[in-house]
Amino acid sequence: MLTLQFIPYGEIESLSSVGRIRKLLNIAKENKIVLLEGRLRKEEEGELIKATMEEINKDFKGIELSVIYPENKKADVFKKMKIGLINVLLGDRQGLTIIGPASVVREIKKDPDKIQLFTEDNNNGNGTKRKRRRKNPS
Amino acid sequence: MVTIFEKFIKKFLKNLFKKKKHIKLGLYGPPNAGKTTLANKLCEDWLGEDMGKVTNMPHETREIQIKEQVHIKSGNKEISFNLVDTPGIATKIDYEEFLKFGMSEKKAKERAKEATKGVIDAIKWLDNMDAVVVVLDATKDPYSQVNITIIGNLQARNIPVLIVGNKIDLKKSKMKKVEAAFPQYHVVGISAKNGNNIDEFYESLFKVVG
Repeated sequence: MLTLQFIPYGEIESLSSVGRIRKLLNIAKENKIVLLEGRLRKEEEGELIKATMEEINKDFKGIELSVIYPENKKADVFKKMKIGLINVLLGDRQGLTIIGPASVVREIKKDPDKIQLFTEDNNNGNGTKRKRRRKNPS
Repeated sequence: MVTIFEKFIKKFLKNLFKKKKHIKLGLYGPPNAGKTTLANKLCEDWLGEDMGKVTNMPHETREIQIKEQVHIKSGNKEISFNLVDTPGIATKIDYEEFLKFGMSEKKAKERAKEATKGVIDAIKWLDNMDAVVVVLDATKDPYSQVNITIIGNLQARNIPVLIVGNKIDLKKSKMKKVEAAFPQYHVVGISAKNGNNIDEFYESLFKVVG
């Protein structure tokens, strides 16, 4: 059975960088796929990879990570400023971050319009690929 | 008074950077993108010697490698740097992947452990870099989160970046896709193995680092 756990941004908003990474990584280590509203800071993404490497052992092989972020290329200056201000005041709630344990998620592919999540089907033991699609949130 | 103070600060900073002759130039990217092959090409061209071992197996470079005092010239321009070849950055490492290359389980586990440490070191070293060449495999999906995270981290640290799409000698390579993925960066396609387009790479390096 595949478990997806949605984390609203509000749940990590008040946490420190270490706290955020710890929370997300702990869920992934429970073999659940994390769907985080918004995204981590860029430096936090790097720290998440570092923390993941520190935890790798015979049971935990690492994570698959993907961040879907709406492009604001067409937005005018006023809209971009508005988005920037909201991000400063409320945190970066735009987009979606997917973190899956490598034992469950084989690969996450993305292009501008959709993401594809390839899972390893361990239950039937034949290692077949299952493909799930999700439209890009914007 | 304020103007004099501003001039003093500007002069001080200018002199500071003039004196900093040996910048640290990092080679970053995912495993098997060709970082060490490019490091070898650079060192062969300008020092007449290799830098590291290259194989098809991922995570061949598991420790930071440094080649000091590399000087490159193009016309009247010259730059000197310490070249830092880093282990490939990955979000997962499974020792079983190494078994496919005929490695024993014990050695594969050791290699996986070394590889995880290598990734940690590579990320730690980001703070020491003055400029970075991000080496991507042009035959693979450039939108991979590892690529985006590396470049995002460099951007957040205000480190100049040159993106290299490697392996353009292969039919599967798609340089236009690499360029489209990072429109705000200087991107150059090369084959580090065969030396294709290497002069353009050096020119781009001067533009980004010089």
